[in-house]
Amino acid sequence: MKKAILYINQFFGQIGGEEKADFPPEIREGLVGPAMELQKQLGDDIKVTHTIICGDNFMGSNTEEAVERILGFLEDKEFDIFFAGPAFRAGRYGSACGHIGKAVKEKFNVPVITSMNEENPGVEMFREHIYIFKGGASAAAMRKDIKKMADFGRRLLNGAELLSADEEGYFGRGIRRQVWLKEPVTAADRVIDMLLKKIHGEPFQTELPIPELDKVPIAEPIKDLSKAKIAMVTSGGIVPVDNPDRIQSASATRWGKYDVSNLERLEAGVFKTIHAGFDPAAANDDPNVIVPLDVMRAFEKEGKIGKVHDYFYSTVGTGTTQGEAARMGKEIVEDLKAAGVDGVILTST
Amino acid sequence: MANLIPVAKSVGSNKIVPTISIPYPLGDPNTPKEEQWKLRYHRVGVALEALTADVKEQTVFSVKI
Repeated sequence: MKKAILYINQFFGQIGGEEKADFPPEIREGLVGPAMELQKQLGDDIKVTHTIICGDNFMGSNTEEAVERILGFLEDKEFDIFFAGPAFRAGRYGSACGHIGKAVKEKFNVPVITSMNEENPGVEMFREHIYIFKGGASAAAMRKDIKKMADFGRRLLNGAELLSADEEGYFGRGIRRQVWLKEPVTAADRVIDMLLKKIHGEPFQTELPIPELDKVPIAEPIKDLSKAKIAMVTSGGIVPVDNPDRIQSASATRWGKYDVSNLERLEAGVFKTIHAGFDPAAANDDPNVIVPLDVMRAFEKEGKIGKVHDYFYSTVGTGTTQGEAARMGKEIVEDLKAAGVDGVILTST
Repeated sequence: MANLIPVAKSVGSNKIVPTISIPYPLGDPNTPKEEQWKLRYHRVGVALEALTADVKEQTVFSVKI
């Protein structure tokens, strides 16, 4: 018998409406509100053992405390899967389901399933982290939305073969996975099929959707370069030859920083590239073609820049998802800021 | 500093300096070392100047070598 726990808000937890939105988190044994429908849809092999209820405003204004308390409730419970919502188009509820879902997944490493309407801001905030099924706009869709969550949860726990996000009906998490097609059609045939459809004005679906333009705020210009500390960052996979951080050669999830404070240039045989997306010969022969330490030292000596930062930062940018890339970028920026770096030369390959 | 300018634009880079290729962005191994150095010195110099530029939109900086 597998076990499940459901998170709902004060309204669906039958505590009250907006006036009770400050309701602090509580865990109850058994089924409250939507948990009954969830139990019905899950069938006999999965038991919903507890329902957690928390006011949307409590979660919204005291997120850390709410999450901590709920994780505390769960510490001595056995469960194989966690559900939240469905949250429909309710923004605070969606965000609450996302916050708690993400935390539960990270701490207990169980699958987390929720449902939100596409207009719910929680979708964009948490789609990378948990399964968010495409739900209705209001509680009128309750049964339908719970059925989707339950069906998927049951299949997940039974080890059934899972399909792509679109086919399953949840918002894509930005994960790429290689699959064998049931009826094998080579890429060449598929692309020609697409082209023919395009020529005939028929609808077709690209296999490589190009993400929408991601606008980044423009940084303030550096006022005095001669006093600035400049760092080098690269997605070209330059690392010490033994690759101490085990950065992956493709689809990287790790980055490293390497001390160059005593170096004038990056020597071949000491540094190399582990990037699997291009011929490494030139970069292995002279790593400065990707991380230009040699000319940076020249600019430092001339006084054009104040200082070359003591470390350069490296990861691999092939097959790397935008989600992972954004996370690594944010982590690197934290480190650069802590070191008082004023500007960055980012070389991509 | 990027070779694939359209990609650099689509991921939101605001200051872009072109490089010469994917496997060797800043120095063609088929040219003498001095020439590679000159190219690298020039283009990284452009990138450093770009850090001081007050741009209002995504900008591709031009290079001479």
